[in-house]
Amino acid sequence: MTGGAPPAGVGALVDHLFRHGAGRMVATLARALGPARLDLAEEVVQDAMIRALQTWPHQGVPANPRGWLFRVARNRALDHLRREGRFSGTLAPALAGDGDASGGREMDGAGDDELAMIFMCCHPALPRAGRVALTLKSVGAFSVEEIAAALLARPDAVAQRLVRVKRQIRDEAIPLELPPEREMAARLPAVLEVLYLLFNEGYGAHAGENLVRAELCGEAIRLARLLAGSPRTALPATHALLALFLLQASRLPARQDEAGDLLLLAEQDRTRWDRRLVAEGMRHLARSAAGREVTPYHVEAAIAATHAAAPDAERTDWPAVLRLYDDLLAMKPSPVVALNRAVALAMAEGPEAGIAALGALSGEAALARYHLLPAALAALHHRAGRPAEAARHYRDALALPCSEPERRFLTRQLATCEA
Amino acid sequence: MAKFMVMARDSGEYPDMSPEEIQGIIQRYMDWSERLRRDGRMLGGEKLGDGEGRVVRREAGALVVSDGPYAESKEVLGGFWIIEAADYEEAVRQVSDSPHFDFGTLEVRRVEEMGDDS
Repeated sequence: MTGGAPPAGVGALVDHLFRHGAGRMVATLARALGPARLDLAEEVVQDAMIRALQTWPHQGVPANPRGWLFRVARNRALDHLRREGRFSGTLAPALAGDGDASGGREMDGAGDDELAMIFMCCHPALPRAGRVALTLKSVGAFSVEEIAAALLARPDAVAQRLVRVKRQIRDEAIPLELPPEREMAARLPAVLEVLYLLFNEGYGAHAGENLVRAELCGEAIRLARLLAGSPRTALPATHALLALFLLQASRLPARQDEAGDLLLLAEQDRTRWDRRLVAEGMRHLARSAAGREVTPYHVEAAIAATHAAAPDAERTDWPAVLRLYDDLLAMKPSPVVALNRAVALAMAEGPEAGIAALGALSGEAALARYHLLPAALAALHHRAGRPAEAARHYRDALALPCSEPERRFLTRQLATCEA
Repeated sequence: MAKFMVMARDSGEYPDMSPEEIQGIIQRYMDWSERLRRDGRMLGGEKLGDGEGRVVRREAGALVVSDGPYAESKEVLGGFWIIEAADYEEAVRQVSDSPHFDFGTLEVRRVEEMGDDS
């Protein structure tokens, strides 16, 4: 028996150990092998995880699971290179070194490797959809199936996207490195944009609907924390984005009632907001003010902070929220931002003002199939004391595509109008 | 109490799983063996080398060594555990919630004790 002991009594593996470990190992190995061998790095890491699946159930979890996995993956990579007749000694020390049993030393620079990997995956030369998919695959260690589920795409489409984007990395020799300081300000926005997209995809998901989608928020936060933790990438916009994520995520536990039904901001039990995330978010918001630059992330984070600071919906500083939406609309003119601004306007100045502002949006093609426009109109008419009018708009909203929890929510609201 | 050898066989092939899914499966195995260990039923286990092995026999007075026996079998013996149980009924009950049944079969064999005359 192994060490004369029964399978080790290791109760539970650290949450997401494999997923996060895989991202780090792929980054470290791909950096040593070169970005053209990204596929090999991913393959040997996958092999190592399967090896763990075959071995650990019988022999127990090793004392240093990360080190074990990395050693196996590295040895597979070395075997592969030997078979190709390449001398491993010319490779970076991470691969060629006589890895010690802990594996800790090899992984020391893993944070840098991961950052370099993020910048490669989000290189502006790559198409946007490719950046998102590749970040999830190579940094996040999501499978093709998981990426497809998370992005509501077809698995074969995701697989093709990944093949194309990896080929482009090879063909155009896109480097796997952290951009030098003078280029950082120009390269960072593309990275932050990918994280923003990931977070919003996840935030739009609802409990019970799709587990993988909801995990996108956690992954976006993890990567934003990584960027905020490195002096080279911790620019004010990075702190603003992380602040936004944390403040938004703090509300996730309060978004549904026990039955899993959606709750409006005004209905949420604010004692269920995660105060630790709020505090962390506020700290990053303060740090985001260090430069002169104000990004949309700054403004969105400030809006989220205003909500977080209010004891309830009534006592929210709605005029401040409205001003922030005015700023946001000026920076990022979009019908969805305009819709949110109209709701803030209604809270600051009364439902009629909001209804008028929403009415101006009714011709927007981008909102023609957007259920939240009639839903917002309905809520405001209801508040203005016109339940019949409200019911008409709720029925319009229900005729448009929306998630199942949202459908239940709208149906419930409709019933209160008709009561 | 008797010792039982629990032999785990599977196809040796795995579908395309994500790291998260793989960890989830390992965790289920660990939860299972941890329960057996807590109950004092788990004595140990080992993983056997994949795709290797030697079959040794004597033919016409000479030893013949051949690779195997993996080639002849669809399911490979991947590893084993030794558990303790009162009888077969209990041994089967102890393994009945193993996650291994998602991948293959378990063969349970009682280990004969010296002095057993049964």
